Amino acid sequence: MIPGASTTIDTENRRLARRLLWPALGVIAAIVGFPLAWMLWESLHLDELRMPWLGRPFVGLANYRDAVADARFRAAIAHTLLFGGVSVTLELLIGFVLALVMHHAARGRTALRVIVLLPWAIPTAASALVWRFLFDSQAGLVNEILIAAHLLAVPKVWLVDPMLAWVPIIAADVWKTTPFVALLLLAGLQNIDQSLYDAARVDGASPWRELFEITLPLLRPAIVVALAFRALDAFRVFDLIYVLTGGGPGTATESISLYTFSALLQKLRFGYASALSVVVFAGTFMLGLIYIRLAARHLLTPER
Amino acid sequence: MKPRLLSVAAVLFVGAFAFPVYWTIASSFAPEARLFDVPPLLPTDGTLDHYRALLDPRQFWLPMRNSLIVSAATTALAICLGTPAAYALTRLTFRGRVPLLAGILAVSMLPQISLVPPLYLALRATHLINTYAGLVLPYLSFALPLSIWLLVGYFRQLPPEVEDAALVDGASRVQTLRYIVLPLAWPGIATAAIVTFLYCWNEFIFALSFTLGPERQTAPVAIALLRGRYQVPWGEILAAAVVITIPVVAVVVAFERRIVEGLTAGAMKG
Repeated sequence: MIPGASTTIDTENRRLARRLLWPALGVIAAIVGFPLAWMLWESLHLDELRMPWLGRPFVGLANYRDAVADARFRAAIAHTLLFGGVSVTLELLIGFVLALVMHHAARGRTALRVIVLLPWAIPTAASALVWRFLFDSQAGLVNEILIAAHLLAVPKVWLVDPMLAWVPIIAADVWKTTPFVALLLLAGLQNIDQSLYDAARVDGASPWRELFEITLPLLRPAIVVALAFRALDAFRVFDLIYVLTGGGPGTATESISLYTFSALLQKLRFGYASALSVVVFAGTFMLGLIYIRLAARHLLTPER
Repeated sequence: MKPRLLSVAAVLFVGAFAFPVYWTIASSFAPEARLFDVPPLLPTDGTLDHYRALLDPRQFWLPMRNSLIVSAATTALAICLGTPAAYALTRLTFRGRVPLLAGILAVSMLPQISLVPPLYLALRATHLINTYAGLVLPYLSFALPLSIWLLVGYFRQLPPEVEDAALVDGASRVQTLRYIVLPLAWPGIATAAIVTFLYCWNEFIFALSFTLGPERQTAPVAIALLRGRYQVPWGEILAAAVVITIPVVAVVVAFERRIVEGLTAGAMKG
């Protein structure tokens, strides 16, 4: 920038910024901002499309009170947290090992990267069906392998058992998203100064000490980013469960998004579903804030 | 890590991630009666029956076409709207820039289900349910913030000196953007387009909520709704999974390095 000309440049910048930004911001306001505001308003109304004679009366926070008292909704929250906790933990652990392998692999890095990217890029609806096929009750491959390995005597009926139905869901999620976690962690590993390891080796540090005193502490930002990303995704999980179990057996694997969807498009309870959406939104928003505070701050600060 | 341990681990990982893909492909060519055998496919009796069934009674090319149209249109719009916005957010200093960036990041993290109720009613009121526009507009709600975010990550890596030189030489900002920045930034723009396209191709919940039938359903919804008369048509489902994945594989193989850069830079690098 030319010093001394700052005020005119500022006004010029502002005018130009407005011109460059308004189309994108206008679209975002129209398809995100307006619907969100409308949803907040709608969540304060009773609006049952199945019972139009009730009209659309304002009911204050009644929908939220119903949600708090709704056992199925509380169960859906518990399911979502269980799913997120287990799958994100597994993904971080396996992803870390995978990132280490990719980082140190001398040959075949490109092949490794392509193969690892595939599960991430395959549409979830397709991979959910593939995993349902593998866990199919009678003659599915998983049962056959477990029986052949003498770990099972009779085939397990995975998808009709309330607890066992989680196994294919979590397996599919770990298979699909561990690569993404590994790539984020790999980028973090590549940013670590190699000379730190050389120095540690000169000092005679064991590989374990290197891991705990150099790798993990310096990888922390990448781990936080991966954790936040995955936690957000897990909190919103929909298509994987919808396609794999449909939330069943019964409602045993129903996530918050699934329950909201069924209140919405199956029962057509728009007011109530909007209140549930607000809750999902608030939960995601808090996770997002934590992420921005912990990891993305530097992206937001001015650059020069 | 020791080299041998490393190779063993690498082989294990490749096996674990590739195996379901291999099994799906093999099963999709297996005759119906052998679908649950191990292995499902013998070299002698491979068949295209499932693919034929997808083509003719199922008309699976319809949802594939829909997915292609919707994803391409959304990506094109998101890039056209997102590029100038991302440039302004990276290179121009103005008040409200930081909150705007944070807001766009927040929008990209929105749970899609929260937008389904209001968008459903809005699309119904404007008669856009079960139309291409009725999918492209909702898709922009995640595609536009995503592409802006990816482009911001890329623009930040471009050295500003070239632009400053052009500005000092008397070029206007708009001229600089058109003649200097865009030609320099096209690899980043391409990366953003690829990643955005993949996200659109994978989208499920909007397509499920805002379409009514096969004439506008996208491929992920169509595959989830494949039903048989008496039993699950596994052969056709697996064949459909292969078909829906082919464009994705082509993109990933061609652009793997770009995709990895885009994903990781968008998430963490300044």
